[in-house]
Amino acid sequence: MKKILVQKDSYHDSVFLMQINTEIKKIAGVKEAVVSMGTEMNLDLLKEMGLSDRQVETATANDLIIAVEGETSEAAEHAIRKANELLWKKKGTKKEKEYRPPSLDAALNVIPQANMAIISLPGEFAAREARKALNRGLHVMLFSDNVSLEEEIELKRVAREKGLLMMGPDCGTAIINGKPLCFANVVRRGDIGIVAASGTGLQEVTCLINRFGKGISQAIGTGGRDLKNEKAGGTMMLMGIEALQKDHKTRVIVVISKPPSEKTAERVVEALKKGGKPAVIHFIGLESGSGSKDLLYAENLEETARIAVALAAGNEYRKQALSLSEEALKNIIERETEKMSSGQKYIRGLFTGGTLADEAIFVLEKSTGEVYSNIQTKPKFILENPHISKNHTIIDLGDDVFTVGRPHPMIDPSTRIERIGKEAEDPEVALLLLDVMLGYGSHPDPAGAMVESIVKAKDKAGTRGGYLSVIASITGTEMDFQNLEDQRNKLESAGCVVMPSNFQASVLASRITERIGAK
Amino acid sequence: MSDKKSTTEKINELFTSELKVINLGLETFAETLQKEGVETVQVQWKPPAGGDKKTAGLLNRLDAGLKVDVETANKEAVTRILDAKPTLVGIGTALNDIPGMRKNMILHAGPPVQWERMCGPMRGAVIGGLIYEGLAKNREEAEELASSGEITFEPCHHHSAVGPMAGVVTSSMPVWIIENKSFGNRAYCTLNEGLGKVLRYGAFSNDVIDKLRWMEKELAPVLSKALELRGEIDMKNLIAQALQMGDEGHNRNRAGTSLLIRELAPHLVMLDEEKEKIKKVLFFMHGNDHFFLNLSMPAMKCTVDTAAGIDGSSIVTVMARNGTDFGIRVSGLGDRWFTAPAGMVDGLYLPGFKSEDAAPDIGDSVITETGGIGGFAMAAAPAIVQFVGGTPKDALNYTLQMYEITDGENDIYKIPFLDFRGTPTGINLLKIIETGILPAINTGIAHKEPGVGMVGAGLVKPPLKCFTDAFEAFITKYAR
Repeated sequence: MKKILVQKDSYHDSVFLMQINTEIKKIAGVKEAVVSMGTEMNLDLLKEMGLSDRQVETATANDLIIAVEGETSEAAEHAIRKANELLWKKKGTKKEKEYRPPSLDAALNVIPQANMAIISLPGEFAAREARKALNRGLHVMLFSDNVSLEEEIELKRVAREKGLLMMGPDCGTAIINGKPLCFANVVRRGDIGIVAASGTGLQEVTCLINRFGKGISQAIGTGGRDLKNEKAGGTMMLMGIEALQKDHKTRVIVVISKPPSEKTAERVVEALKKGGKPAVIHFIGLESGSGSKDLLYAENLEETARIAVALAAGNEYRKQALSLSEEALKNIIERETEKMSSGQKYIRGLFTGGTLADEAIFVLEKSTGEVYSNIQTKPKFILENPHISKNHTIIDLGDDVFTVGRPHPMIDPSTRIERIGKEAEDPEVALLLLDVMLGYGSHPDPAGAMVESIVKAKDKAGTRGGYLSVIASITGTEMDFQNLEDQRNKLESAGCVVMPSNFQASVLASRITERIGAK
Repeated sequence: MSDKKSTTEKINELFTSELKVINLGLETFAETLQKEGVETVQVQWKPPAGGDKKTAGLLNRLDAGLKVDVETANKEAVTRILDAKPTLVGIGTALNDIPGMRKNMILHAGPPVQWERMCGPMRGAVIGGLIYEGLAKNREEAEELASSGEITFEPCHHHSAVGPMAGVVTSSMPVWIIENKSFGNRAYCTLNEGLGKVLRYGAFSNDVIDKLRWMEKELAPVLSKALELRGEIDMKNLIAQALQMGDEGHNRNRAGTSLLIRELAPHLVMLDEEKEKIKKVLFFMHGNDHFFLNLSMPAMKCTVDTAAGIDGSSIVTVMARNGTDFGIRVSGLGDRWFTAPAGMVDGLYLPGFKSEDAAPDIGDSVITETGGIGGFAMAAAPAIVQFVGGTPKDALNYTLQMYEITDGENDIYKIPFLDFRGTPTGINLLKIIETGILPAINTGIAHKEPGVGMVGAGLVKPPLKCFTDAFEAFITKYAR
């Protein structure tokens, strides 16, 4: 069925008409369609296609022709209606994409005064971009992992030569000039400067310093291998310390790292002594070393923050007990254990923050002696299958085995929700120990996302005639977009005990196991 | 900087400056900083050379340094391109004027290709060319002759010439002669036949041949005389004007054609010729928006040719397609072609045609992009972007992207919409590899069968392989 429409003196741009032509042809039941101006060439074409009539033959280049051959007359008419609709459609403002530079150099043309490059590209490409950034005189925060140790050493060599920050690889957290980079919390500015080889450790300490009323001047991340590896030799840690020594706004320097080799540790201590500013060292999992008045060793992350705050206020640090009174603590322990059944024995710690998991392991080991984990350093207690807990178990869910093909559990809570469900099936489980990481980069509502699974797990234990205790701590501040207070309320309304720090949560958990053992 | 005292000077400087960030990777990190009021630019990062492992290895050798000063060599190449002064000096014939042209020779578009591998439209044009020259009477004879080995096929580019689409040039054809006044080199191109069924799209029916004969016998002589009266025409000036009137010099030549008519009309009417003849010439130009294309092309050819053969230069001096292969040449790599199968054009189709009818990408017209106009000047011709359903903003972004793979900006060809910024000029092979951004090319679409003609127009990207192969050769030649 052929339909032809000629609109006199109705000029349209040929490209525009070609677009309409393309659209009309897509309509079901349309065999041929021509929407075009009546130029000589087009008139010939229409004739060849058998889509010409008297009206078409007399058309001029200023006349619009809509000619359609449809399988039915309805299809043809529909096509002509559609063509008219498109021809006279009012154009809304389309959402158009802003131009984005395709490379580091191109970006430097857009923002020539840039002084920092944040790189979170796949590991195989990241080092080259980091090197380029250093060569252009930019400080670098390299979030990516899977960068080889050789590349790291080379990047840090270049950075030292040029006097630039090379934070990372695998550096997840920093606060520079009060601005949170990658996974970081919004904290008050102040006079405590930190260099840390641990991202979540840095988050916990900055948040606690904020809670204790002080603030951060700079928080520099180094990446986990900076001190651990002898060849890396703490290059960035030492440069960070030196920069903080020279920084007028920093009064106290904090160092956080896993225990380095003796040689590196010596160099760190020497660097801290040289500048003369009071300092705190926390080598995670290490008993406190013998410090001095101006150089103190902290045993845990909370103490690290407490010492730093005391030093910044010019006070002497006095070892502090838990923030809860012994009586209050005992009340909680009684309440949490009274309904437990006799078969309930074990702690299961499900962590999204690696350093917080480490800290929990060290605290629990002291009271229970044996803690299984996927990140254990003691070979005997490395979980055979990280997906299956055994006795007392602490899991770092941010470990590679859990993040293949899915986001980090700080971003995607589903990994932990699934695991909570799994642990709930085990009648020997007495207690879940959890961390909740707030701040930029993290899930917008990590507590809210977990609540349902926590309530279900507690119900399950209840139906079995027991009681599941859930202890949590929140790393965050009131200024974080998830809001500390909101998150705490959500956890408490689900029946969780929320402790003021990861350290205290771990202590409470270990006290509860002691209580169970004594029963 | 190895001075011990200054080890952390720059870090302390950072602590007292405003943080300004370039973010490569996860966008949420940039969004966070923007929320916190930090000026942050997100990079639209792609793996170099599309993530090709071999190329990544070669990039490491590039990073280690080359034995030539590429930057200086490229600067020289770009300077020569900018200094060019393409000027229309006359109309001649292929046999008399194109260097190396012979009676039994047919020039074609793109990198070298023999009859056996020629695509439909190019075969059609060859058939038409042989009939036009009187070397064959019909299709069968022409095909036999073409495959006999008696006809020599060579690329236009080997003879300082360029040809749109099939780009077929035979000995009797009239050609525009463009001279680069700064360097004295010349470039040649046939006269544009118009749209529809034409030789360059592979059509060879009687009316096609008749039109070619009319062009030879009437159009060219008349224009040639008018041009003599007018005197030489500065093409750079004309192209610059056309760009400011909505042309980009490749797929849109409406303004350029009109400007040319303005230049010639007063002299045409003064000729001692029949009025009918002059009228026909004027109408022919008026009826063919692409008449100017065959002038912008040789203007660009004699412009970019001057940048060829500079030791150590990674500037691309030729891009061309023959409907079978896409080929490029690079200044510092001599006359070598780097080829890969020609791609399909993404575009709109003329009434009565669809994408199944299309031949792969074809023609020398991409010399315009090579010289820094055409798709590179898309921001000057936003109407063009509709071919791929884009908006004027997309047109702008096409041009902005091309600045990332070029070393210079033209001082004469300017884009009003970009605050009269010069068009991106001097395609740098190394930047293409680094950014993974391929040149944006505006082009027409030919029917895949010989004899049909133009079926649409749109946008095409060259195959990455041409550039990765050239990059490998470049590193092999120049790595330390």
